[in-house]
Amino acid sequence: MDHHHTHGTNSRELQMARSMCWHCQSEVSGEYFCERCVKVQPVSKDLDYFTCMGFPRRLTIDLRQLETKFYELSRAFHPDFFQNKSEEEQTISLGNSAMLNTAYRMLRDPIQRAEYLLDLEAGAVKEIRTSPPADLFEEILELQDTLDEYRATDRTSETGRQLRTKLLAEQHTLEQRKRSMETQLQQLFTDWDALQDRGEANSQTRVERDRLLKQMREILSNRAYVKNIVNDLVATIA
Amino acid sequence: MARIVGIDLGTTNSLVAYMDKGTPRVIAGRNERNIVPSVVAITDNGLIVGDPAKEHLTRNPERTVYSVKRFMGKGLADVQGELAYFPYSLTEQGGVIRIKLGEKTYSPPQISAMILRELKQRAEAHLGESITKAVITVPAYFNDSQRQATKDAGMIAGLEVLRIINEPTAASLAYGLQEKTQGTIAVYDFGGGTFDISILKLKNGIFEVLATNGDTHLGGDDLDRQVGDLFLAEIRTRHGIDLSAHPDHMQAIRLESERAKIRLSDELKIQVSVELPDNKGRFTRELTRDQLESLIMDIIDRTLGPCRMALKDAGLTPIEIDEVLLVGGSTRMPLVRQRVQELFGKTPHCELNPDEVVALGAAVQADILSGGTTDMLLLDVTPLSLGIETMGGVMSSLIRRNTTIPASAKEMFTTYVDGQTGVDIHILQGERELAKDNRSLGRFRLKVPPLPAGVPRIEVTFLIDANGILNVKASDMRTGQSQSIEVRPSYGLSGNEVERMIEDSFKFAAKDVNARKLIEARLDAAALITTTEKFLGEGSHLIPQEEVAAVRAALSALATAKDGNDPRAIRASMADLEQAAKSLTVAMLDDSLKRGLQGKKLSEIT
Ligand SMILES: Nc1ncnc2c1ncn2[C@@H]1O[C@H](COP(=O)(O)OP(=O)(O)OP(=O)(O)O)[C@@H](O)[C@H]1O
Repeated sequence: MDHHHTHGTNSRELQMARSMCWHCQSEVSGEYFCERCVKVQPVSKDLDYFTCMGFPRRLTIDLRQLETKFYELSRAFHPDFFQNKSEEEQTISLGNSAMLNTAYRMLRDPIQRAEYLLDLEAGAVKEIRTSPPADLFEEILELQDTLDEYRATDRTSETGRQLRTKLLAEQHTLEQRKRSMETQLQQLFTDWDALQDRGEANSQTRVERDRLLKQMREILSNRAYVKNIVNDLVATIA
Repeated sequence: MARIVGIDLGTTNSLVAYMDKGTPRVIAGRNERNIVPSVVAITDNGLIVGDPAKEHLTRNPERTVYSVKRFMGKGLADVQGELAYFPYSLTEQGGVIRIKLGEKTYSPPQISAMILRELKQRAEAHLGESITKAVITVPAYFNDSQRQATKDAGMIAGLEVLRIINEPTAASLAYGLQEKTQGTIAVYDFGGGTFDISILKLKNGIFEVLATNGDTHLGGDDLDRQVGDLFLAEIRTRHGIDLSAHPDHMQAIRLESERAKIRLSDELKIQVSVELPDNKGRFTRELTRDQLESLIMDIIDRTLGPCRMALKDAGLTPIEIDEVLLVGGSTRMPLVRQRVQELFGKTPHCELNPDEVVALGAAVQADILSGGTTDMLLLDVTPLSLGIETMGGVMSSLIRRNTTIPASAKEMFTTYVDGQTGVDIHILQGERELAKDNRSLGRFRLKVPPLPAGVPRIEVTFLIDANGILNVKASDMRTGQSQSIEVRPSYGLSGNEVERMIEDSFKFAAKDVNARKLIEARLDAAALITTTEKFLGEGSHLIPQEEVAAVRAALSALATAKDGNDPRAIRASMADLEQAAKSLTVAMLDDSLKRGLQGKKLSEIT
C-alpha cells in the first residue's frame, strides 16, 4: 500500500537536499531541527526507518545503540516537550513521535526488520503462505488431523490425554524447526550485510543479492507459517 | 506558562497535587485532609462534594453518588450485573449512562466534574491563583471512551486537560523522582474500582512502559461487596430482614464492610455492628482476618492473570523484574502483598503512601509539560489493540496493544460499487477475533467522490496520541485533499452535549457557591454559639442582667438562622450576636488577663 518505498535512493536524497524549513524557509537537508530558527521539522514520509533512525540498511543492528538513538530522538520529538510551542510544532511533534515509535518497533525485532528490509529492497509485499511449505507438508497435514481429533474428544478421557501428549511432542518439534529456520536466517543476514559492506555492483553480486533475497523471503514466510500453526496448537491445548 | 496541577480522579478518593520547587505535594483542604472522597450529594440546598457528602450516603442514599468512575465511558448494559448495588437509579441516553438524582439526570462526566471542581477550588485556595490546566490520571487499562469521558469531565469542570496519564505510570514517575532507579519495575496498582499492572524499564530518566494489563472493573469495591453480601445473608437468616428494601441500611452495610476490611489489614479479629431498621436492634458478629481472606481470595487471585499477561507481553519472567511497586489503597492488605510477593519472588516496595503516589506522579508529569522538569520522559503504551470491522464481522487490527504512543497506522479504502459515495467505518478496541466481542469505539462515514468501483483511494490515518486517545484523519490520495472526520462515539457524549454541560456547570457553579457558603456559615455559626454559651456560663455575673438577656435573644436568633438556608442571614445574625456579646467578651478577656493569660488571642483562650 505504501508506494513511497519504491523510490530510489537518489530521488530521496534529492528531495531531502531540496527541502526547506516550514517556518523560516531556510534550507534544511535532513536535520530534524532547522539550524536557523531551531523549529522542529517533520520527518519526511519518504524516509525509510533505517535512515530515520540514522542506521545503515543492515540486517544486524546493535540493539543497545538502537535504544540509545530511540531515547535520544524521543527526547527531541515527544509531545511533552512541545506543550508551550505553536500548534504547527505540536502537530509535527506528534507525527514525528508516532513515526519514530513505528521505526523503533520495526527495527528492534530481527524478523520484522528483515521483512521490512525485504520490502524496501525488492519493493514487493510480504508473501503470505496459505498452504504448508513443501518439506513440512505431510507433518502439518497429520497435525491438523490430530488437532481436529483432539477438539472432538473429551479432554479428560484416556484418548484425550494421549492426543495431548502427542500434540505437545509436535509442538516441541515445530518449535525446534522454527529455531533452526531462525539460525539459517541469521546466517543469511550476515551474508547480506557482508555483501552490502563490499558495496560492489557487478553481475556476480547482483546474482548473489537476488539469491539471498529469495532465500530469506522463503524462510521468513515458512517461519511465519510454522509460527501460526504453533500458536493455534497452543491455543487449542491450553 | 500558567500552572498545571496533577489530579488523581479515583473511584473512592481523589486528590490534587502540584510541584513545589522540585517536590510534588498534595494539597490539603480546609479540613486538613489530603483526600477528597469521590462522593457527590445533590441536596435541596445544592451540591455537596467530598467528606461532607459522605454523611449523606446513609441519610440521603438516593441522591448521593459514589464510585461514579465505574460508569465513565459506559452504557447501561455494561453495568447490568451490579445495578442492584447502587441506591440511585440509572438510565441511558445516547449510549451514555445517566444517573437520576431527584428531578434531574446527570452523565458520569458531569458528576466527575463536580469532584474535579472541588479539587480545582482547593488548589486555587491554596495557591492563591486561578487554576485552568490539569493532568488527570486514569487506570492504564481504560479504553478510549473512558479516557474521552475523563477529558470531558475536565472540560465541564472548567479545566483544560493537557494530558491524561495512566495511574501506574504516574506512580512510577513519583517513585523514580525519589529513588533515581534504573532497571525493570512492575507497578501493581489495586485501588477502589480498578486494577492495573504495568511493566516499565527505567533508564537515564526515560520511563519506557513495556507492557500493561488490567481489569477496569476490579477493586476494593468488589471486596466490600463480598463482605457485605455475607452480612446481608446472615441478617436475612438470623433476623428475617431483607435489607434490600432499605437503601440507607444497605449503605450502612457497605460502609461497615469497608471499615471491617480496612481494620483487618492491621488486626486479626474485629467486631462488626450495624443498626437494623424498625428498631429491630443491631446485627453484630465477629470477623477474623482468615474469614475475610477466604471470602476475597478469588477476587485477589483475579489480579494475577493480568500480571502474567503483562510479563509475557514484555517478554520477561518474574525474576527479571528488579523492583515491584505497590500502589492503591487495596495493596495495604496483607493477602495482596503476599500474593504479589509470591508471584514476583521479591518483597514489594510500599514506602510511598499508596493513596497519594498517583497524584504526586501527576504533578511530576504536569511539571514536565510546563517545562520545569526536563530530564524525565514517560513513554507509555496503548493498553488495547485498535482496529476496524471488516467483512464478515471480523476485527482487523491496526495498532496492536502495548504499542508505544503516540502511534499511528494508515489504511487505504476504496469502493466496491460504481458511483458509491461513502464508506462506513466501525472502530473497535480489544483483543478478540470478532468485532462483536470487542469494544465499539465509534463509527464514521468516509466521503468518497462518485467514481467507478475501486478507483477512489482514500487514506485514513488512525493516530493514538500521548493521552491514549484516538484521532482520525482522512485524505483523498487522488486529489491530495483532506477531509475532516467526525467520529460518532458509541459510548460517549457528543461535542454539542459537552458544550451544553459546560454551560450548565457554570450555572450550577453559582448554586454551588451558595451551598458552600451555607455550609461554611453554619460551621462558623456553630462555633460562635458554642463560644458564647461558654462565656455566658462562666461570665454572666460580669455584665448587667439586661445584657445577658440580649445575648440570649441574639443566640436564639442565630440558632434559627443557622437552621435556615440563607448564608447571608446567618452571617447577619452572627454579627448581631457578636455586637450583643461585645461587653461580655471584653469582660471575659479582662478577667482572663487578670488570671495571667496575657498575650493570648481570644481564640486561644476559648
Ligand atoms: N488499610 C486498608 N486495607 C484494605 N483496603 C484498604 C485500606 N485502605 C484503603 N483501602 C481500600 O482502598 C480503596 C481505595 O484506594 P485508592 O484511594 O487507591 O483507590 P482510588 O484511587 O479511589 O481507586 P481507583 O484507582 O481504582 O480508581 C478502597 O476500596 C479502600 O477500601
